Amino acid sequence: MIFEAMVEIRTRPGISDPEGATIESALPRLGFGEVSGVRVGKAIRLSVDAPDEAGARRRLASLCDALLANPVMEDVEITLMAD
Amino acid sequence: MAATVGVVVFPGSNCEHDAVEAIEALGGTARIVWHGSADLGGLDAVILPGGFAHGDYLRPGAIARFSPVMEAVGEFARSGGPVVGICNGFQVLTEARLLPGALQKNAGLRFLCREATVRVERTDTALTSGTNVGDQLVLSINHFDGNYLADPETRRRLAEEGMVALRYVGNPNGSMDDIAGICNPEGNVVGLMPHPERACDPLTGGTDGAVLIGSLLASAGVRTSY
Repeated sequence: MIFEAMVEIRTRPGISDPEGATIESALPRLGFGEVSGVRVGKAIRLSVDAPDEAGARRRLASLCDALLANPVMEDVEITLMAD
Repeated sequence: MAATVGVVVFPGSNCEHDAVEAIEALGGTARIVWHGSADLGGLDAVILPGGFAHGDYLRPGAIARFSPVMEAVGEFARSGGPVVGICNGFQVLTEARLLPGALQKNAGLRFLCREATVRVERTDTALTSGTNVGDQLVLSINHFDGNYLADPETRRRLAEEGMVALRYVGNPNGSMDDIAGICNPEGNVVGLMPHPERACDPLTGGTDGAVLIGSLLASAGVRTSY
């Protein structure tokens, strides 16, 4: 069974995020001064062939640990979109 | 016989020729090793040079870790062979878990391209054997992701096992505990953000890196070929 998935990779609180900081610093000039807390991460869409949802989650978690995220700096959230 | 140092080239490496020049100027023999090769036969030391291995896609060093050469580099390191990762090479070593911690983006918002002063903290390593503790060296830095960090347990271990080889004097990038370079407990695997290979000829602005590259050649020379 093919599971469509989205892996969101977020830098942990306290980890340097110059891209987020630069975007946030531009907001007041653009008239969005009420927007704050900008953090830039990554979203990776992928498909995984697995017998069931639990199996798909296990494989994706293992992939995140091996490659997609660095546990020293990043947290991941895996969302499955089975159809 | 002169020590032979392998300089690994990943797609996107760009400091390999600087490393080769420095090694040869100091009397060593350099050999370029393509990342797809898993053969480190005949080498006495390995350098992972600076650049943007695999385009730094995903994270610096994340994909390079899976290049065929890295398994051989891991074995070489575990057998006691001297391995030095410079800049992007340091990032590759942390991603490959041959050194602990990680390099996050600089604390400021900028890519840094300037000189930095580092202080030697440990001398029984593959890169610092010719220096004294407290020596200060001026080296160039050239990075966006050079801000070293580690979890509290690793931080304690770095201190307890003397794994900090070089610290910045005047922290340029927010690096935890002013760390510019670390090593494994044995001292044969060293990673650093500054570029010693670019400071081996007065023509490029200084020669403070020569003692480090020279130390690597000395470490390589006292070891029989792998």
